[in-house]
Amino acid sequence: MPTRFEVNGKPVEVDVEPRMTLADCLRNVLRLTGTHLGCEHGVCGACTVLLDGEAVRSCLMLAVQAEGRDVTTVEGLSNDEDLTPLQKSFRKHHALQCGFCTPGMITTAHALLTEEPDCDADRVREVLSGNICRCTGYISIVEAVLEARSAYRKGEGEPR
Amino acid sequence: MKLPAFEYECPATLAEAITLLAAHDGDAKAIAGGQSLVPMMAFRVASPSLLVDLRRLPGLDEIKIGDAGVRLGAMVRWRDILDDARLARAHPLLVAAVKHVAHYQIRNRGTVGGSIAHADPAAEMPGIVVACDAEIAVTGKAGARVIAANDFFLSALTTALAPDEIITEIRFPAWPAGRRFGFEEFALRRGDFAIAAAAVFYDVDAGGRAANAHVGVIGVGERPARLPTVETVLNGARVDAEVIARAAAATSAAVAPQDDIHASAAYRRSLVGTMVERALTAAAH
Repeated sequence: MPTRFEVNGKPVEVDVEPRMTLADCLRNVLRLTGTHLGCEHGVCGACTVLLDGEAVRSCLMLAVQAEGRDVTTVEGLSNDEDLTPLQKSFRKHHALQCGFCTPGMITTAHALLTEEPDCDADRVREVLSGNICRCTGYISIVEAVLEARSAYRKGEGEPR
Repeated sequence: MKLPAFEYECPATLAEAITLLAAHDGDAKAIAGGQSLVPMMAFRVASPSLLVDLRRLPGLDEIKIGDAGVRLGAMVRWRDILDDARLARAHPLLVAAVKHVAHYQIRNRGTVGGSIAHADPAAEMPGIVVACDAEIAVTGKAGARVIAANDFFLSALTTALAPDEIITEIRFPAWPAGRRFGFEEFALRRGDFAIAAAAVFYDVDAGGRAANAHVGVIGVGERPARLPTVETVLNGARVDAEVIARAAAATSAAVAPQDDIHASAAYRRSLVGTMVERALTAAAH
């Protein structure tokens, strides 16, 4: 089924079976393998992408449902020149070890900080409760997200 | 796991959607946010031959607040409820319950109609509509009808919705100012399904006594339910510590949960009493 949407600001057209999830379409058709698939049933959060700016689980959405929408993946939250403030903060705080959950953490944190740049640690923990990390114990991730708040407040360093 | 194969249609009108569902004789499923249906398909618990996507249907995503109460279009998302500042006054119990629904990402896609159609016995929304005596407006091949929430849920994952019917609206009776309420839930992780939860409210008469008490419980049976024996304890009483303790004991006596992988029946029975105790304590203060 032909389906058109935007990915990271660029229009794409794909021809997919209805049963293909957005996550599989991003990875296997569009070759954007930054989006990771952990559980494939909406529990782990690794596949989080932004749909018109809102964080969603791309394993719980069909690619055909993305018609006309604007999808941002973790690739769209980086640039070739430098690490973004959120990336720098993750590096500084050692907010990743194996890195498998990191794309979901980055996309989720970006959506949160864009909407709520003044969120407190409790709010960060609540939002990240939908993203499973088996390495870090979360403390370093929460610290990284909290430190990145300032970049979103000033409106500078928007990582796109 | 990857989803089983299916056909897909995305009609522009409710009438077309109903025609498509009716033509497949129970083998088609409506999909809204897909936050329950897609995992069911990933587990191959559900394998419909056709998915009818409701996303283009007009007018199903509105929150209407009036003298008769709150009306939620079936495609209203959890996020829309939490973003609507009017609901803090128009239906604070609904808002309190929705704060427990799933995780951040799921709240951006999941819908109230989808949750009710799915009818998970541990989900908040079915519990709230039963506790509040809400009505479910549906439309099918035979026309529109309104189903009382208590008649809608038949058993776990089983509702009174016919295969060709689509939920269009959920109607909550008006919420008077000054109503006392509480919502308490225990889950293993924030955002997970409830092991047990309680939704309570009552009005206070001129003499300071409870009237019109509603006590709803979630996660302790095949479907959410109100508990009349507990409401009897509250009606006409001043809700103090002694009454709350009796209500909690009556709650544990009134439910018959099953053992499952998450908790024993005895634990759930005890826990739901504690949830009612906490919800009433919050309501009374």
